[in-house]
Amino acid sequence: MTELVSTPLFGVVLTLFVFWLAEKLYRRSGFILLNPVFIAICSTILILKFSRISYADYARGGDLILFLLGPSVVALALPLWQRRKQVLQRKLPILVGICAGALASIASAAGTAWLLGGSSQVVRSLVPKSVTTPIAIGISEQIGGIVPLTAALVVMTGCLGAICGPEFCRLIGIRKSTSLGLAIGTASHGIGTARILEEDRLAGAVSGLAIGLNGLATAMMVPLLWLLFGWN
Amino acid sequence: MLQGLVLLFGFQFTGELLVRFLGLPVPGNVIGMALLLLSLSLGLVREESITEAGELLLKYLALFFVPAGVGVMLYFDLIAREWLPIVVGTVISTFVVMAVTGWAEQLLGGEGD
Repeated sequence: MTELVSTPLFGVVLTLFVFWLAEKLYRRSGFILLNPVFIAICSTILILKFSRISYADYARGGDLILFLLGPSVVALALPLWQRRKQVLQRKLPILVGICAGALASIASAAGTAWLLGGSSQVVRSLVPKSVTTPIAIGISEQIGGIVPLTAALVVMTGCLGAICGPEFCRLIGIRKSTSLGLAIGTASHGIGTARILEEDRLAGAVSGLAIGLNGLATAMMVPLLWLLFGWN
Repeated sequence: MLQGLVLLFGFQFTGELLVRFLGLPVPGNVIGMALLLLSLSLGLVREESITEAGELLLKYLALFFVPAGVGVMLYFDLIAREWLPIVVGTVISTFVVMAVTGWAEQLLGGEGD
């Protein structure tokens, strides 16, 4: 049994099975808090903790599934290409929205954590939390954050956006597909995009675009802000 | 299907190559997405050749994030140490970003949907 657990098959089967159940639960219940990604992550963690199986054993298979994220991000070009006319019509508002969002993200994350007495390292780790993981890790490293903490915060932010992002946006009057997609993608990168893409193709296309653009905007703004305010 | 997979992985690989050689601050798959978009607009790649593989991967996009999320379990101690600024900072900032970004895009008039 212990041998089987340390083969990649274990992580693959567990991830697929738990996600399949979580998807089913979400479709049956229609309850937004039961977001399949969030529920699948929580259940898998609980299963591993209770069965005392190490993350390293899980990751042998988990990493195989994670690997498919790479070509999937490339595939986000597809909805964008299909909706290119509508997206190009809004290119200026989209660019302005991204820059405003990136700045708001840096300021509000660092500001709130600082006001609540967060240590300098924690404040720094929070700065790139809305950016897609590989870029966020680079930024965190650059400004002296705790890299694994940043990686965990990126996932938490993504889940939050996927669970209640579209509902929150509609509540505060963000209704147009391009605005909605931009808000979700800028705030909660790929995990938010995965949800909105299922519900609204144009919003999903813009959300996918926002992953790359917000990553770029934040990566450029952070060193500039640091220089400007003389933080180090 | 097979052609689509070759193209998607190929663009990711090209993206990774460019990132290594030029030292770009962006992940290879994001560069791959930009290159694919460029190739579609230059007519180097036809949309039909990636539709099947692309749609399949996008349909299960959410699934591919699960293993990354499970990794959070390694850092519970780190989060617990300063949970208040971490949790409140993350939550407030996420909502602020959505509001600012969405409103900015929406308030800038012009045509659109």
